[in-house]
Amino acid sequence: MRNTFADVFYEAGKREKRLAVVVADISPAGSIQKFREDFPERFVNTGVSEQIMIGMCAGMALRGLRPFAYTIATFTLFRPFEFVRDDLCYQNLPVTVVGIGGGVTYSTLGGTHHAMEDVAVAGAIPNLSIIAPCDPAETKAATLWCVDQTRGPVYLRLGKAGEPNLTEQAGPWEFGKLRYLRKGHDVCIFSYGPIMKLALEVASFLEQKGQSVSLISAHTLKPLDREGIAAALTQHQRAVVIEECVPRGGLSGQVKEIASDERIDCRINAFTLKDEFIHCYGSHADLLSAHGLDLQTISSRLKVV
Amino acid sequence: MTSVEKGFDTVTARRRCLQYRRRILEISQQVTALHVAPAFSCLEMVDLIYHGLMRPSPKGLTCGFQDSFLMSKGHGCLSQYVLLEELGILDKKDLQDYCTPVGQLGAHPDFGVPGIEASTGSLGHGMGIATGMAYADRIKKDDRHVFVVLSDGELQEGSTWEAIMMAANLNLHNLVAFVDLNDFGGLARMSEGHPAFYPVLDKIRAFGWEAIEVNGHDAGAMYEGFMGRSRKLPFMIVGKTVKGKGVSFMEHVPIWHYRSPNKEEYAKALMELGEDSL
Ligand SMILES: Cc1ncc(C[n+]2csc(CCOP(=O)(O)OP(=O)(O)O)c2C)c(N)n1
Repeated sequence: MRNTFADVFYEAGKREKRLAVVVADISPAGSIQKFREDFPERFVNTGVSEQIMIGMCAGMALRGLRPFAYTIATFTLFRPFEFVRDDLCYQNLPVTVVGIGGGVTYSTLGGTHHAMEDVAVAGAIPNLSIIAPCDPAETKAATLWCVDQTRGPVYLRLGKAGEPNLTEQAGPWEFGKLRYLRKGHDVCIFSYGPIMKLALEVASFLEQKGQSVSLISAHTLKPLDREGIAAALTQHQRAVVIEECVPRGGLSGQVKEIASDERIDCRINAFTLKDEFIHCYGSHADLLSAHGLDLQTISSRLKVV
Repeated sequence: MTSVEKGFDTVTARRRCLQYRRRILEISQQVTALHVAPAFSCLEMVDLIYHGLMRPSPKGLTCGFQDSFLMSKGHGCLSQYVLLEELGILDKKDLQDYCTPVGQLGAHPDFGVPGIEASTGSLGHGMGIATGMAYADRIKKDDRHVFVVLSDGELQEGSTWEAIMMAANLNLHNLVAFVDLNDFGGLARMSEGHPAFYPVLDKIRAFGWEAIEVNGHDAGAMYEGFMGRSRKLPFMIVGKTVKGKGVSFMEHVPIWHYRSPNKEEYAKALMELGEDSL
């Protein structure tokens, strides 16, 4: 995802001269390095200074540039939080805040590097859109959208490198609209971000059990496609939400809220990170598993016979 | 007069640091990536703090010490882990299980692990916490020093300067900070990309601290500087260091910020860290 983002950004930078990137002492992945070499003035490294990374983006946007802020998710969103809120969101500036390693991707780096609550925190700020692509293909579409949009600030939540493409078969990506990766009629599974890989495994498991499954990428978490979700809940008897986010403030609560608001009778199971910090280390899958996000736990909790 | 006569045996310290470097490299063979060069950069500082500056405590306040230590540049914590292992505060097994689900040690120090007094890893937090600790010790009338190791990258965070100024406002002479001035961040040299970063020493002094600049791999010089301080102001040792110190192909080479040596590189590094390199 990181490399796809970099490639797309570099290509876009050739045609869109207002595009700039401000990083805070993070080695630029792949083509961002090329961007730096070809357009040195449009690449700024503030050093380990995330607050001014955001502040400078605001100033540059106020002068008509289209800056992207780029670093590890916790340092792009949490560290300079009030700068994101006041400088970018309150003033509604078209700046894209890119967070690498959303969720608990950085699985050996410990709690200071886990963005467990990034979607919840970002979702609470007015004006801030949130996009969480699930694979490199969605990352490409989302990045292109961010380059050209004039709506306002965006939190673009990415994983790291090496994620497989999961959505090549699906229809076109559209900002603010659910995307069906496969379509069935018994169970619908909502997910977003790199954990889509697990959602896919759950889908296959349910299909083996004879269920017809829809798998949906809810890549735009804000503004959320409420109508799309209501329709999915109406068209399936059962819904499953799988997300790499704390239990409150993410997608799960909103899906349940929509069901309640629209009085839709659909059984909903939510699988999220726990409301607990993680003090263990290992692979990304090890960490997710520590919070019950693995096929075995999910399939046993779904009790499909 | 050598530093031995004054209280710190630099010859033994050098031998210890050689062992620590070898041990860190040994751990590096268990995982695909870790922060070797950042640990090598501040190793002499951390060794000096534990073996020369922290006073053993009869009451055993923090794992047998009266004083406190914070690794503010959390990603350099392998330097602390190997010391805690040598002091018996961590087990051999703890280091063997580094970054695995059965272990308790990750790539950044975690509060609650024996010997770790605060969770760091996000840069620019240590100085504020250390200032709070030193202030609490003062009002509780506890005779404790708080030692903190900062990276030069952390001096790019506004929060570090806020705390530096506040510690001076509070006159916290029980606070002693080391800056691991290796001129590198994660990306490039400060001197190239951020020339206004320098001079460091003058900035620290302008913020009301007593400060000296010495070679950060020279434990004797740092020890003497510490002993010679006025004890009236917070005290900072700006130690000029080499990122990756001790292994020629790692020194000043940015990729070693976060990379494990492969088998050949490992063997080559060990060769350079033989007894005769002392
Ligand atoms: C607030 C924050 N921003 C970014 C990072 C990512 N990061 C880890 S180490 C590092 C820079 C390393 O340079 P420096 O701090 O000088 O340490 P050293 O050179 O001694 O390893 C960065 C940017 C972080 N850990 N915390």
